[in-house]
Amino acid sequence: VTGVRTGKLIVLDLDTSDPAKARALAAEACEKLLANPVIEQYEILS
Amino acid sequence: VSAARVGVLVFPGSLDDRDMKRGFELCGAEAQLVWHKDARLPELDGIGVPGGFSYGDYLRCGAMARFSPVMRAVLEFAQSGKPVLGVCNGFQILCEAGLLPGALVRNRDLKYVCQDVRVAVEDPGKFRAELPPGRALVMPVKHGEGAYVPDPDHKPRVAFRYVGGSPNGSTDDIAGVANAAGNVVGLMPHPEHATDPLLGSSDGGALLRSFLAACIAARTRR
Repeated sequence: VTGVRTGKLIVLDLDTSDPAKARALAAEACEKLLANPVIEQYEILS
Repeated sequence: VSAARVGVLVFPGSLDDRDMKRGFELCGAEAQLVWHKDARLPELDGIGVPGGFSYGDYLRCGAMARFSPVMRAVLEFAQSGKPVLGVCNGFQILCEAGLLPGALVRNRDLKYVCQDVRVAVEDPGKFRAELPPGRALVMPVKHGEGAYVPDPDHKPRVAFRYVGGSPNGSTDDIAGVANAAGNVVGLMPHPEHATDPLLGSSDGGALLRSFLAACIAARTRR
């Protein structure tokens, strides 16, 4: 084993079919609540 | 001078709210509980944010409380220069709300700690009346997420530091911090649980009285 990481996976259902809008909403949710940038990093998948 | 009027916030899951109210009253304040859904604050000279497990500590400790209706008013209250004191979960809430820099994470040993600690006063902002630098205070801690992590972009004003090592792996043994203006202070140890020598220490009273003195000073300046 050369590395291990654990983390949280948060799945959001969003009421939009526009990928750019969905990404923007997810980013806003991360900045406002889901992640604390002082101690956490986040990545938006898909 | 009439007694300082202090509000103690109550969130779902707060548990030291009544002890904090009692602590302030023992120190001569006129204290009342303020429900988290109240968007308007009563006439107050200071606000205490108590310990507990607001919103079940879901997501991160203190993260959800920031969205309570009362917090917008607390933000304005703090920005107007009036004193705000956060203890334990209250400290976590003030960090998450952006009123204090940094964050609190899981204890180094991944275990809940409940013990008396000794802290030394450094720079407790405006809460200085009975807190000269170097004064040692014995107070209990009881937390699972009390390791302070500074924000690299905002060097904290260290209000209190653990003496003889931290119980939780806090960066530089930081036990409590003040904001840049000095009117908002948060710490992990519980002053409200150290107000009677029968319970091991009354050192917390010095901190609460210093907070109340700052409340009165802020009022007379208005």
